[in-house]
Amino acid sequence: MERKTNISAEDGRQDLVITRLFDLPRPLLFTAYTDPEIIAQWMGTNVLKLDNRKHGSWQFETTDAQGNVVFRAGGVIHEFIPNQMITRTFEMENAPFGPQLEFLEFESLPDGRSQLRMHIIYRSVAQRNQQLRLPFAQGLNMAHNRLQEIVGNLK
Amino acid sequence: MNLRRDAFQAIADPTRRAILLLVAAQAMTAGAIAASFDTARPTVSKHLQILTECELLKQQQSGREIYYHLNPARMKEIADFIEPFRQMWDDRFNKLESILQARQAKSTD
Repeated sequence: MERKTNISAEDGRQDLVITRLFDLPRPLLFTAYTDPEIIAQWMGTNVLKLDNRKHGSWQFETTDAQGNVVFRAGGVIHEFIPNQMITRTFEMENAPFGPQLEFLEFESLPDGRSQLRMHIIYRSVAQRNQQLRLPFAQGLNMAHNRLQEIVGNLK
Repeated sequence: MNLRRDAFQAIADPTRRAILLLVAAQAMTAGAIAASFDTARPTVSKHLQILTECELLKQQQSGREIYYHLNPARMKEIADFIEPFRQMWDDRFNKLESILQARQAKSTD
């Protein structure tokens, strides 16, 4: 089975590369990073600010039903070439991860397909590895919540 | 590689993750583990068998009882591995693709 999403993360390095093939023409794929409505849909977060140009900046925010902010992230845009490339920083607020540098490259492929290549650079090897392990830790966390549910039902 | 993939399938199941957490606290018998779940005992036995085959759990005979232990080396090997991270991005991008395909279909109507 062909994998559409691939991760390359070599040992001892502070960067990683994510590539993804899309059954979408490149200009449409590019709107995933420029259209606030699309961003809200696929990232599940509101766009507070998105100034897509050199020296521009961006800020996204997610709130719960009570209006509490549960996630806020932002950064600056270093380079913006429509349909081709975005260079930006990304930092989650109130999280111990620090900023990361992202190079997003959009490539056009035959038959109306395209590829996104994300090259992400972290401050340290340790920080990169922490990001890699995060979904696993969250999975265990979910299991832990389920366990509490089960134990709660026994009482 | 096959074994690795099986281990990820093993931890993809919420009941099996709950079993790992239970056993992480202390070694337990199959009976004691089954008593912690609403699930039927044969179902729990099946989960234990899968976790043992993937080497996430180890069996140890103590008198007439068999105790299940967590295999920390195997757990660490999985924690260091990137498959859950890849799956997270794959899910995200699958969602994006379907959103944009829906939009594409609408615009060509």
